[in-house]
Amino acid sequence: MLRLVRYLKDYKVESVLAPLFKFLEAAFELLVPLVIAKIIDIGIGNKDSNYIIKMGILLVTLAVIGLTSAIVAQYFSAKAATGFGTKLRDDLFAHILQFSHAETDILGRETLVTRITNDSDQVQNGVNRFFRLVLRSPFIVAGAFIMSFNIDAKMSLIAFIVILILSIIVALIMSKSIGLYRNVQRKLDKVLGKTGENLTGIRVIRAFSKERSEIGEYDIATEDLYKDQVRVGNISALLNPLTYVIVNLGIVAILQAGGIQVNIGNLTTGQVVALINYMSQILVELVKFANLIILLAKASACAKRINEIFDIKSSINGGNSELVLNDFDGDIITFENVGFAYPKSKEEAISDITFSVRKGETIGIIGGTGSGKSSLINLIPRFYDISRGSIKIAGRDIKEYTLDSLRKNVALVEQKSRLFRGNIRNNLLWGDESATDEELYKAADIAQATDVINSKEGKLDSEVAMYGNNFSGGQKQRLSIARSLVKRAGILILDDSSSALDYATDSRLRRAIKEIKNITTFIVSQRIVSIKSADRIIVLDDGKIVGIGTHEELLKNNPIYREIYSSQIMTEAD
Amino acid sequence: MNKNKNTLKRILSLLHPYRFRMFVSLILAVVIVLTTLYLPIFTGRAVDTIVSKGNVDFEKLIKIIFTMIIIMCITAVAQWCMTAINNVVAYHMVRDIRNQAFAKIMKLPISYVDSTSHGEIINRVINDVDQFSEGLLMGFAQFFTGILTIILTIIILFKINVYVTLVVLLVTPLAMLVAGLIAKNTYKHFKSQSERRARMTGIVDEMIAGLGTVKNFNMEKEIENEFRESDEALRVASQNAIFISAIAFPATRFVNSLVYAGVAISGALLAITGKMSVGQLTSVLSYATQYTKPFNEISGVVTELQNSFACAARVFALIDEEEILPDKDVNNKIENVDGNVEISHVYFSYDKSKKLIEDLNLDVKAGQRIAIVGPTGSGKSTIINLLMRFYDIDSGSIKIEGKNINDITRKSIRENFGMVLQETWLKNASIRDNIAFGKPDATFEEIEAAAKEAYADSFIKRLPDGYDTIVTEGGENLSAGQRQLLCIARIMLVLPPMLILDEATSSIDTMTEARISKAFDKMMTGRTSFVVAHRLSTIKNADVILVLKDGHIIEQGNHNELMEMKGFYYELNNAV
Repeated sequence: MLRLVRYLKDYKVESVLAPLFKFLEAAFELLVPLVIAKIIDIGIGNKDSNYIIKMGILLVTLAVIGLTSAIVAQYFSAKAATGFGTKLRDDLFAHILQFSHAETDILGRETLVTRITNDSDQVQNGVNRFFRLVLRSPFIVAGAFIMSFNIDAKMSLIAFIVILILSIIVALIMSKSIGLYRNVQRKLDKVLGKTGENLTGIRVIRAFSKERSEIGEYDIATEDLYKDQVRVGNISALLNPLTYVIVNLGIVAILQAGGIQVNIGNLTTGQVVALINYMSQILVELVKFANLIILLAKASACAKRINEIFDIKSSINGGNSELVLNDFDGDIITFENVGFAYPKSKEEAISDITFSVRKGETIGIIGGTGSGKSSLINLIPRFYDISRGSIKIAGRDIKEYTLDSLRKNVALVEQKSRLFRGNIRNNLLWGDESATDEELYKAADIAQATDVINSKEGKLDSEVAMYGNNFSGGQKQRLSIARSLVKRAGILILDDSSSALDYATDSRLRRAIKEIKNITTFIVSQRIVSIKSADRIIVLDDGKIVGIGTHEELLKNNPIYREIYSSQIMTEAD
Repeated sequence: MNKNKNTLKRILSLLHPYRFRMFVSLILAVVIVLTTLYLPIFTGRAVDTIVSKGNVDFEKLIKIIFTMIIIMCITAVAQWCMTAINNVVAYHMVRDIRNQAFAKIMKLPISYVDSTSHGEIINRVINDVDQFSEGLLMGFAQFFTGILTIILTIIILFKINVYVTLVVLLVTPLAMLVAGLIAKNTYKHFKSQSERRARMTGIVDEMIAGLGTVKNFNMEKEIENEFRESDEALRVASQNAIFISAIAFPATRFVNSLVYAGVAISGALLAITGKMSVGQLTSVLSYATQYTKPFNEISGVVTELQNSFACAARVFALIDEEEILPDKDVNNKIENVDGNVEISHVYFSYDKSKKLIEDLNLDVKAGQRIAIVGPTGSGKSTIINLLMRFYDIDSGSIKIEGKNINDITRKSIRENFGMVLQETWLKNASIRDNIAFGKPDATFEEIEAAAKEAYADSFIKRLPDGYDTIVTEGGENLSAGQRQLLCIARIMLVLPPMLILDEATSSIDTMTEARISKAFDKMMTGRTSFVVAHRLSTIKNADVILVLKDGHIIEQGNHNELMEMKGFYYELNNAV
């Protein structure tokens, strides 16, 4: 938690003023019971109505000062806390953006999202509450305690005992119900999961006429949840009545003891009333303080989770040279004895990979799932770093280039195509911010995406929903290929990125790409038809290269290639 | 307004089974309010027994203290009972509504589930139901006790002293005004905060999911700036929301302080003239400290109740959705199916304003293979939807063994079809239960045999828990191919006379794919099969090939016939 305090540095003044004004408010609040005691003892005692009115005006003045301080405090507190939260989120998000695939794979996407949204919110909340209560609550508790101690030391012992008992009870109920709440959450997750499962599986469920038994299972799950909810509900329902009883027992004790003290002349009636008032103030504040502590405990757990993220540094950093491919000729990419294992995995996903590619070549990569195709091509733009061997582009190790220039020259179209909220134009402009509409359409033509754009009323300005959800899989694939083409990178990698396209469109796409000048292309696919016309085909099996050659050569010499081929039997093509 | 009235009616009818408990709960609420309010009177009386040195009436004091203890115990017990009863009612109702909603989902037309976002439906069944019950019961309890407290406080104050009460009443409109104003503003700011937060979360969600793409295009800086912008907008909204809502407390406390000061002055002045005792003044003051609290609570509750009504309306809308038509005759079933299917003059479209399938005719003899081919999005799955009666045709007829599928029970149609789709849906249950999905009373030997037939047995046995391995929700513990094999095993166990198969296109390794196609072949022998086909071998061996484009069947015939036509099918083939 303390580490995150740096995000308050732009809000130093607010951070000091917020608790200070809260403190002022509390101080004035503490004076109220004293004034009332004076009214009773002096005003009523001496039948002095002027004095009473004077004191009444004092009460109003105290209220006005209290209100003003409170508003000022809340303002500064809200400003500092939200400013803190915003800076924290900005930094955290920027930090996460630096992560390489290696880090995001290990952490998982869900976690990262919750840390930026939920966790930072909790911390912000904690800061806000902290400002407001850190001085106020202890001050009121201590102040009221001292005030009552001043009135009568022995009487203040009652308050002390009540505070003690109350803390124990709150702690007991809390600790008991937290575990039970976790159970409830788990069972609710189960109900939620079942609802979702039955929606996605609706066809299968109906095909097997299983509606009834699914309803039965669902009813059991909701019944289970119900029982746990009632159990935890009944326990936390104890909190309010118990607090109420204890507080009032305290008041009763003060009345009883106060009666004795007044009788022997140690106390006045007004003082007994003041004691009762202080007692209620202490308790109200204590409940708030207990809440603050719970909140701070939660916030510090969240802060810890956030710090964990800050502690992770991107494992992939660029070099200093700029990669420029324009004038280069010859072996553009060379893999030498490359081995690569995913972080956390002991076994290598690909090993002993050696090959080189001349500028302008089209390379097909084929192999079954898990054969290492994607792993191999993800190494080229350094989404992952190799474990051994070396990869060179234009004669130099890829680690020597800046990440920016490397990725500018390598356009990788991912298996899972992603579009982002906005419109088609801003999605395509990701490839090159300065591209003209004409250039965008040119790229779209090659990617067979012009139809997609023209089918939408707004053409390039058509809205793209989050995740590109308003486009079909095939449309998304074509648009993301277009986006990569806008980059005009020298190396183009299609990672099974036309899987949702039909044969005809796929083949038109490949023909169009072949016509681009000065481009080296990798086509990764499961379908022989997509790669058979490549200049050379790399056959991967179990992370190793088992053959490199043209379609005809491989068909003749390579049993694995032949097996894949025969499973997809293609008749007289072309 | 009318809609609100209807919602209210529905809510009342939902509460009907719990009317006795609700009644008890209301009585308890009255008891709680009464005893809570009554206690300060006793405190006052107790103070009055303590006058000065040597002038304390201990006998009376003890009696009062004793009464106080009894009263507070009654309050506490009543409070606990009321909460417990409310909990039971609330959670019971939640359970009932969820069960109702779920049963509804099971009866909804598939078209509804296809066209509505699942997240939306889940949200209604889970969150809306929760918010509704919580808001309704907790809100109702608070509303009721709040109003009761205000009324009773005023009555008690009147009884103690009329003048002091008038002072309190004078300030009441101010309390209402402040509470109302703050509630209104808070709502506005919180709404804007939650909208902006949703936007910010949206960016985080989308960009972290697409982090690879972001890096691929060197877009880190741009995305960071986009985020900063939306985060800044959120900051402004949050600051306002937090500030305004935080003012609520001091503001009402201020109004309260005014009440308090007014009561203190008028009470003390009255005490001088002897029209009021010091004890009474203490009681009155303690009412004054609590006086504005219910105003604050009520204004909060009103927004909560509104929200809870909105949630209820959404849940009811789901429960009220139109169901599929019931089976015409529950006893009309087809038995001893050989697999003769006759489709004649079928017209169908999802969106009735756009024509889709027109005059489809197909006569399938028992044991024939029908391949359905065409580009993605051409409507291949439509045929499946119609055969299984997931959707009803607009006109024409589909007959199985001469019986119109609209006349027989859906169950008996579906029992006779074995379906393996590309989306491999499995339950979050053990592999054994998943295979036995269509035949829950199958013995383990039968299950194992089915798995062997589907070439799934070998990989299942290699899993750490074998047949008891739980298939996880996202199915991360199984590959796409393995999931498909399990779906095949599921069908192998029941093996109906007709099949509907969807060949997978991608992300299955060659070994598994070979197994799948072997299993498919085994199943298809001697059975009428409709195959959404991607492999040329399947297509070439089919008795009839249906070629779809843009939802229309444009060509129909066997491989040789279609090649001779030199139409779309011919072109598709040449693309290869």
